[in-house]
Amino acid sequence: MAPVATPFFFYLLSGIMLIGGILVITRKNPVHSAVALIITLLAQASIYLMLYAPFVAGVQIILYAGGIMVLFLFVIMLVSIDRSMRERQFNSQWVVGIIAATALGGLFIAVYTKGKDIFPEHVLPIVEDNNNTQEVAKLLYGQYMFAFEIASLLLLVAIIGAVVMAKKRI
Amino acid sequence: MGQFIQYIQSYLASDKTPGAAGNMFWVLVYILLVFAGLSVAVIAMNWLERKILAHMQVRLGPMRVGPHGLMQPIADAIKLLLKEDIMPAEADALIFWVAPFVVVLAAFTVFVVVPFGPTHAITDMNIGILFMLGVSSLSVLGIVMAGWASNSHYPLIGALRSSAQMVSYEVAMGLAVVSAVLMTSLNAEGTGTLSMIGIVQAQQAQGEWFIFKFFPLGLVAFFIFAVAMIAETNRAPFDLAEAESELTAGFHTEYSGFRWSLFFLAEYSAMIAVSSIAVTLWLGGWLRPFPNLLTGTVWNQLFSLFPGITFLFFAAMCFYNTARMPKHPLFRIQTIGLAGFGVILGLIGLVLFIPAVSVRIQDIFWFSAKVAGFMYLYIWYRGTFPRYRFDQLMRMGWKVLLPLGLGVLILTAGVALLQEKIWHP
Repeated sequence: MAPVATPFFFYLLSGIMLIGGILVITRKNPVHSAVALIITLLAQASIYLMLYAPFVAGVQIILYAGGIMVLFLFVIMLVSIDRSMRERQFNSQWVVGIIAATALGGLFIAVYTKGKDIFPEHVLPIVEDNNNTQEVAKLLYGQYMFAFEIASLLLLVAIIGAVVMAKKRI
Repeated sequence: MGQFIQYIQSYLASDKTPGAAGNMFWVLVYILLVFAGLSVAVIAMNWLERKILAHMQVRLGPMRVGPHGLMQPIADAIKLLLKEDIMPAEADALIFWVAPFVVVLAAFTVFVVVPFGPTHAITDMNIGILFMLGVSSLSVLGIVMAGWASNSHYPLIGALRSSAQMVSYEVAMGLAVVSAVLMTSLNAEGTGTLSMIGIVQAQQAQGEWFIFKFFPLGLVAFFIFAVAMIAETNRAPFDLAEAESELTAGFHTEYSGFRWSLFFLAEYSAMIAVSSIAVTLWLGGWLRPFPNLLTGTVWNQLFSLFPGITFLFFAAMCFYNTARMPKHPLFRIQTIGLAGFGVILGLIGLVLFIPAVSVRIQDIFWFSAKVAGFMYLYIWYRGTFPRYRFDQLMRMGWKVLLPLGLGVLILTAGVALLQEKIWHP
């Protein structure tokens, strides 16, 4: 099979992601922003697919594009669009913004120039026999069992907390 | 040219799906075949649904266009294409325009992994079932977008209801699917699979359909899925999103003409898609009845006759009704038309008796026959069940199906572990 992890696909998908991300913050209409965010998330799923991680890509589509974004849209639809259109979109915090942007940019440039020394040379071989999901499962339920359970417990606490806060009388 | 023909022929020797073999020509052929087959199935469903519903309500249904209304779907399609495409004045043009395409795209993309046979699928993915659930859940986005962009009350309420309903039932559906996927891991290596073809092969290897596995656990999981899939496709008795008496037509009230027909197409192909998931996970996919019990050449021969016999039966039905047609001269063209339709079906049936054809076609036939059973059930539900109220629907999803699904999942895991550790150490 022809390899998919080529520079062409990477630049195409990153380009889509960047355009989507910029649209998210520049659109005045919140529903348009949400749709742009969906495009960004789908492009991100494609990047996972490009990196031979189909399981992560599938979970990305189910959880983010299919689950969380539906809830986003659900809430946005009930908001009065007219009022949000009249509101000021950007708060003019120039000083803080420039400092944060410079710090982040400096970090990016540092990683880009010195990245070779920071990150290990070791690259995992591409799994050819098509069992990515099984490998993920082995790691998740074997090596990282404890972390996985802790994360589940955290979510359970969050669910119970949401119910307690939403319901007046239990 | 010679190279091209060689490229085409090179796939025929392999026993993989065209996607897995990486042969672009056959991938394209399969995509076109699936797309055409799906469109024909939707047209047939349109006619069948109106006809069967009518007969359930002691009516005749469409009778005017063609013999027994057989040309009615074509007439409908032409009417829809010629209709004016209206957009509400205050609608959000971009979102209004994109929404039907999102729904159709989600409904059709799913068929990339549907296994019509061990090699008859566009491709086989390592994450097959996950892909199907994920992409089909994207259609909610289209529905929500359509409801909001119409800038009208009924569509908005319809879209809200539909998204709440689909998000709630997806949870129960997912739990039922996981309990079936768990059953695929009961083999020597102890690793399961999410691939659609792999799931059917696991049923073949274990010698039973997952609906009968660990009785009644498989049956309960199948029941949960069968209920959730109706809610997921917004069909009666859970069609609150488009409840005619309350919301006119729900989220697609403001759509007309071609765009409306896209929603219609998406709804029916989504029904076929979820039925294919149910057939693949619990009813043995493309496997014929008793593939391990009734073996040998005699049984193989006998079962390979089924596709042809089915079409001959349809042809016989056509001829029977041709004979019953009124003898009035006005009905002459309709009588000839029905007889011609019968002849076509009969010829297809005869072609299916050729051994070379029937060997290749029988996987597809058994799969389609099982899916067709589900499609009949959809119509039957619509004809017999009263519509649920929204709070009843939510109570059923969260308080009945979800705990049931969790219980089945835990019990299945427990029994599977017991089987591995105690009964077959």
